[in-house]
Amino acid sequence: MPGRSLLEKIWGQHVIARLSEDTDLLHIDRHLLHDLGGSRGLLDLKSRGLKVHNPELTFATPDHALSTAPGRAGTSKIGLELLAALRVETSASGITLFDVDQPGQGIVHVIGPELGLSLPGATIVCGDSHTCTHGGLGALAFGIGSSELTHVLATQALIQRRPKTMRARFEGKLPLGVTAKDMILALIGHIGAAGGTGYAVEYAGSAIRALPIEGRLTICNLSIELGAKMGMVAPDEKTFEFLRGRPYAPQGEMWDLAVKAWRELPSDPDAVFDREVVIDVEKIIPQVTWGISPEHVVGVDGVIPDPNAVDDPLRRAAIETALEYMGLQGGAPIAGTPVDWVFIGSCTNSRLSDLRAAAEVARGRKVAAGVRAWVVPGSENVKREAVAEGLDKIFIDAGFEWREPGCSMCLAANGEVVAPGQRSVSTSNRNFVGRQGPRARTHLASPASAAASAIAGAIADVRMMGR
Amino acid sequence: MPKPFDRLTATAAPIMRGNIDTDVIIRIERLVGNSIRGTLGKWAFGSLRYLPDGSENPEFILNREPYREAEILVTGPNFGCGSSREGAVWSLQERGIRAIIGSGFGDIFFANCFQNGILPVIVDKAVVDQLAADIEATQGAGKVSIDLEAQTIVSPSGARHSFEIDPRRREGLLKGLDEVALTLQRDDDIHAFQVSDRAARPWIHSTRTPASRTPA
Repeated sequence: MPGRSLLEKIWGQHVIARLSEDTDLLHIDRHLLHDLGGSRGLLDLKSRGLKVHNPELTFATPDHALSTAPGRAGTSKIGLELLAALRVETSASGITLFDVDQPGQGIVHVIGPELGLSLPGATIVCGDSHTCTHGGLGALAFGIGSSELTHVLATQALIQRRPKTMRARFEGKLPLGVTAKDMILALIGHIGAAGGTGYAVEYAGSAIRALPIEGRLTICNLSIELGAKMGMVAPDEKTFEFLRGRPYAPQGEMWDLAVKAWRELPSDPDAVFDREVVIDVEKIIPQVTWGISPEHVVGVDGVIPDPNAVDDPLRRAAIETALEYMGLQGGAPIAGTPVDWVFIGSCTNSRLSDLRAAAEVARGRKVAAGVRAWVVPGSENVKREAVAEGLDKIFIDAGFEWREPGCSMCLAANGEVVAPGQRSVSTSNRNFVGRQGPRARTHLASPASAAASAIAGAIADVRMMGR
Repeated sequence: MPKPFDRLTATAAPIMRGNIDTDVIIRIERLVGNSIRGTLGKWAFGSLRYLPDGSENPEFILNREPYREAEILVTGPNFGCGSSREGAVWSLQERGIRAIIGSGFGDIFFANCFQNGILPVIVDKAVVDQLAADIEATQGAGKVSIDLEAQTIVSPSGARHSFEIDPRRREGLLKGLDEVALTLQRDDDIHAFQVSDRAARPWIHSTRTPASRTPA
């Protein structure tokens, strides 16, 4: 019998009942709620005459619909209603809420790891597709829809089909100026936006082991852009050091017990995966997207694809559609494309290490004339730590705007948008049509690349910035 | 609770572009609020259906007769990728869509369809392409039939294609089953699991701890 993978081990520990050959009723260890869908789910439950099954395993924070302007000025009427409803309904159900301006508030996928709510071996769900982020700690974490959200509130369990397994091995030493974001964008470019559909992806290899936890969270965050709703990294000593002492991480004897169990989780050496992909990270250069799907990605020294050079009519049409939307010419270099906006934030890249990387590029420089550049920290705690280090001052001196924590312009649910036809370099996760606002044009890149582009006023290669 | 789905014969509209994400199916600002159900149909595919001035885009297939009445979509690869927003399914449902045939779907969108009594059918890309060609050959007048019990699709040309579907999900759709009610019938199992898991993994369950453990 072959060894078992990380996924198979965690899955096996959570089966309440086998429902069919490939479908199980799984226990859910952590359920995270946010302002967009949290109160809706709790109200749905109430309308069915049901109670929250395990409020002590359920946690909430507002992030999507809040303004990130200083003082939260400009939060819409409906955003305020959702915030009020989240407060009322979590309080009525006995669910812990990390509220505005309190340590603990922030983007739900930033606060889970930060507070030690997200743990290795845990099943974690949230009504948000980027829940895969938490897999960076060795959790089985995935996004769910509204109906499944109600199901989890009512039962603390979820009906799930076992996914296929993929191992993506990143091998080698990461070149200077290349980050976790570039690694995962390169993988998406390599296997496509549907390459991971139906799979749980385990990221492995020497370059993953070498990554700090925050980089692993970034890698796992983009699993869904690969089509995989689950992505994970086996826990190791770095994971344990990251979690030790966090507010909700186990303590004392319970910590020792937990670490002992977590050491058993990594895939056995003879575990078999349905698909294996190997990426040589030494060949990766900073990545930037040119189109309307995360798979539309090139190295920053590359050229925008020329549809006339593509034989397959469907692919050619897809490139033409993307170029028309993006206002770009096939065959032109991507670097040097003028930008109007730079957005540094989102559950992908708004943690302290991301802000440090961007600040390192911004320090002592100025945002180019005509460019608006925002830095939106991922959480209240990230914001306070960044301020304590003086990162806010570096950004403000360079001409960036320093904002309050939240999802902000990643998905524009709070009205913070890139204007029609304008071009943004964003550290977020989706360059979809209209994602950052109607007809907004998004280029995804790392925090360092985004900061470099803000300074240059155009898509820029951070390796040319001399730091 | 989802409405049951057994069989359907209806106008089908091919939307063959790949990677149509759920942001394109429904924009986020339409989903902000707790009273959105019933308001979403007119916003489905908003960026494709309407021109920047708000008028209908005559080029978009669902704005053309007879596709305006379509209850079936035939879609390109990776339809419904991206965000988990169930509003994408609600908006299609409110627009009158009851089944979607494609070569692959976003995982979360696919699951959300079943939760709402919408049938997503996965068939080979060659079958999808043939269906789209058959529909276009009749300018959309030829209907597509789907029989969930028999697991077959009949194209306007009369060609019959079979499809695979998870038996559990098939039964759920045929009977319009409510998963929450079904799982609550297993509540004893859930409690038993939690009792033994609390012994095996106490750190998962003891989240209500002394004041010193509230966030610093």
